[in-house]
Amino acid sequence: MDNYAVVILAGVVAGFLSRLLTLRSDYRHYPAFPHGYFTHLSLGFIAACLGAVAIPAIAKPDYVAVTFLVLAAQQFREIRNMERETMTKLEETKLVKRGADYIEGIARVFEARNYLAIFTALITSGVAHLFGWQYSLAAGIICIYLSMRLMRGAYIGDIAEVVDATVHFEGSLLMVDDVVIMNVGLPETREKILKEGIGVLIKPKNDDARLTLHNPGQRMAIIHDVVSILGTKVDINETELVPLARKHIDKGYLAFFILPNEPDREILKQVIKNVPLIETAQGTALKSFYGRKAAD
Amino acid sequence: MDTKISEYILAIVTNDMTKVQGGGCPVFYAENAEEKEKISLLLARALGGVVHDLENGVYFICKH
Repeated sequence: MDNYAVVILAGVVAGFLSRLLTLRSDYRHYPAFPHGYFTHLSLGFIAACLGAVAIPAIAKPDYVAVTFLVLAAQQFREIRNMERETMTKLEETKLVKRGADYIEGIARVFEARNYLAIFTALITSGVAHLFGWQYSLAAGIICIYLSMRLMRGAYIGDIAEVVDATVHFEGSLLMVDDVVIMNVGLPETREKILKEGIGVLIKPKNDDARLTLHNPGQRMAIIHDVVSILGTKVDINETELVPLARKHIDKGYLAFFILPNEPDREILKQVIKNVPLIETAQGTALKSFYGRKAAD
Repeated sequence: MDTKISEYILAIVTNDMTKVQGGGCPVFYAENAEEKEKISLLLARALGGVVHDLENGVYFICKH
């Protein structure tokens, strides 16, 4: 029995650590600290327990317990719904929205990370059971490293270049280089935009990247991340200064425009490069035969 | 979730009435360009809209 206690303990610790290290409360304001954080740690702990007891249950052998474990694991599907619902509700009062695609992406990540905690616990406790707890230390570290490394995802900086551009007007049309952003009526607003607005171009490196940037959900994610770091001058009844990302319809690059509270162009470029690519928005045309044919 | 109207012209401000004909929204007449800008600004703030310029002396306030 003592043997099982060590096996389960090894699994629980590794699984919980994996959840703890993949949980980050950063500029995305999600999950909120401390209560949202604690909810996820608790769920991560439960996930780790589930994964850790699976191997001892089979080894005992207690097949009924294993069946219950599978049932319990189903509960983690609810996490995605929970996250989605919370974020969609918060969205209603946001001036700069995350967008449905970003929310879906975040919700998926939360769900997946609990499964990762389960697998980490399962493998660690399996190794502890078969070879002894000394080996489970290594197994746990490798599992945690892999779950952090492989689930990292890609960023805008991987698929596109961000370059400087100038904000100017053609008549009443606000332009960033050669892309029309919007029509601005009031001369005062135009002056303010010319003085404080920053524009950059986001140039896709290939056809897949072009399709990704084409997705409005991905653009909302870019705008949301930039605004949550650099701020924006848009307010409830002052919607003229809204940050926007528009596409050059022929060349496929994005023109990004914002009036930030912190007018720092270099930081803006760095922030855009670090925006995560949304899983569901990623273009994969070059993976298909016709996509490759069309590209040349 | 409340229902909102968007992409809709809330008001038209002009100093040349020959450019505008009656329609679904109020038209405000301004004596000169300065008044036009002022009325547009006030309306936009009150209505939560954005002022757009048709570049022929007509401004309109649109809800996005």
